[in-house]
Amino acid sequence: MTELLRLLVVAVAVLGVATLIGRVLHWRIARGQAHAVIDNLNARIDAWWVMVLLLAAAFALGTAGVIGLFALLSVLALREFVSITYTRRGDHFALALGFFIAIPAQFALVAIGWYGLYSILIPVYAFLLLPIVSALRGDPTRFLRRVAVTQWGLMLCVYGLSHVPALITLEIPGFDGKQALLIAFLIVVVQASDVLQYIWGKLFGRHPLAPTVSPSKTIEGLVGGVASATLLGAALWWLTPFTPWEAAGMALVINAMGFAGGLVMSAIKRDHGIKDWGHLIPGHGGVLDRLDSLLFAAPVFFHLVRYFHT
Amino acid sequence: MIALLRHLMVFSAWLLTGVRGQWVGATPEDRQRIYFGNHRSHGDFVLISSALPPTLRRKTRPVAGSDYWDKDALRRFIGRRVVDAVLIDRNPATRSADPIALMCEALDSGASLILFPEGTRNVGDDEPLLPFRSGLWRLARARPGVELVPCWIANVGRVLPKGELLPIPLLCTVYFGTPIEVTESDDKDAFLARARQALLDLRAKHDPGAGA
Repeated sequence: MTELLRLLVVAVAVLGVATLIGRVLHWRIARGQAHAVIDNLNARIDAWWVMVLLLAAAFALGTAGVIGLFALLSVLALREFVSITYTRRGDHFALALGFFIAIPAQFALVAIGWYGLYSILIPVYAFLLLPIVSALRGDPTRFLRRVAVTQWGLMLCVYGLSHVPALITLEIPGFDGKQALLIAFLIVVVQASDVLQYIWGKLFGRHPLAPTVSPSKTIEGLVGGVASATLLGAALWWLTPFTPWEAAGMALVINAMGFAGGLVMSAIKRDHGIKDWGHLIPGHGGVLDRLDSLLFAAPVFFHLVRYFHT
Repeated sequence: MIALLRHLMVFSAWLLTGVRGQWVGATPEDRQRIYFGNHRSHGDFVLISSALPPTLRRKTRPVAGSDYWDKDALRRFIGRRVVDAVLIDRNPATRSADPIALMCEALDSGASLILFPEGTRNVGDDEPLLPFRSGLWRLARARPGVELVPCWIANVGRVLPKGELLPIPLLCTVYFGTPIEVTESDDKDAFLARARQALLDLRAKHDPGAGA
């Protein structure tokens, strides 16, 4: 697909420039010495190269590659989520069902495009069945909290994330065979919004937005980041079946949801006394630290596209 | 073949738990040590071993119960050949060799040891650490020059609780704390309490989340 290739070239160019700036900062400002912010910036940029190459490889493999990649990310995300939250021995079987049945089932249903079932598998069936499994183990200690952990983990890390590859299965008149571009649009806009909020916040951030939940989020970061990422979304309208105005609207919704996702996930982290979900991605933290905005944006974007374009 | 199986073991532990070592009170230097940790599953020594740098890993042998690892041919192969464990009989009535003598023999040959002073797996949800048996004290007294490094393994009890068939993937971290030693004024109970507290302190400082 020529559009994807073009996007990849742009991404490589942007990363190339970012890498150059990061290295210049390292030598000019930090004079080659250790410097917390600049070293973290460079680690983040390096990790972005890996993430872009992984995504490109998945897209090159087609539908199976994309669904496979997101199923794997689901496992990694759920692992991070459950690792820091409270469960007991009585939840082990329910969690095993989550990892080994719910994840494969959800992504298989996405692969065959059975919307009617994958949109209720976790919100209805996992929701009803997994607490039964836990209750049968006979340990009522902090029961509601434990089943909430399991259900929230599955909703965020599996259900939310599965709506990214689900975009491929939408039948959009006049856009057949090009649905992967919607995934690219979603990911580029959401991630750009994260990066732009970070940059705007670092450069102009004055007024903290929710200091008790996420000290790094500022009003300036939010407004500047969301506005510029919305402009970016509008500029990427040629990737999508949307008009430029519609692309801007979609991008605005995605960015708002993405921001909210980051905020909600920060609240969970704060409550558990951690800063990052894990350590798999150097500079960024865990997989969930990178995916938090996508988990919240994907289902809403999916439903908007489905409602207006199929 | 054996080397390949060892790599496979470390790799599977990483795949399942993403295990990593955090040296919060000691450095990963090449000296003889007894690593003592909390015991929640049969895979605990694999996690501590995997968290060590490869050069140290090769010189470090776990101490394990022969009543478990000698039970059938497969376990014997894994325990004796792949893991190269120092197998001790935990039952005084049946044993033919003194466990402390066996561990000293391993130390004298230059190996470092991984030891679980609780003596058995802690399978409950509510007690972070069982009382220590006296083995650590007797070993420390028999070989006073060997450094005793506390290792808290976070999360491992939840990967495969006792009686479950399927392990679930959870992130595990091994925290290597500040070494302790036996002093002149120590008696058994004081020393064991101090060793146990060293593990509980690591937990309180680095792994408070899951139990809260």
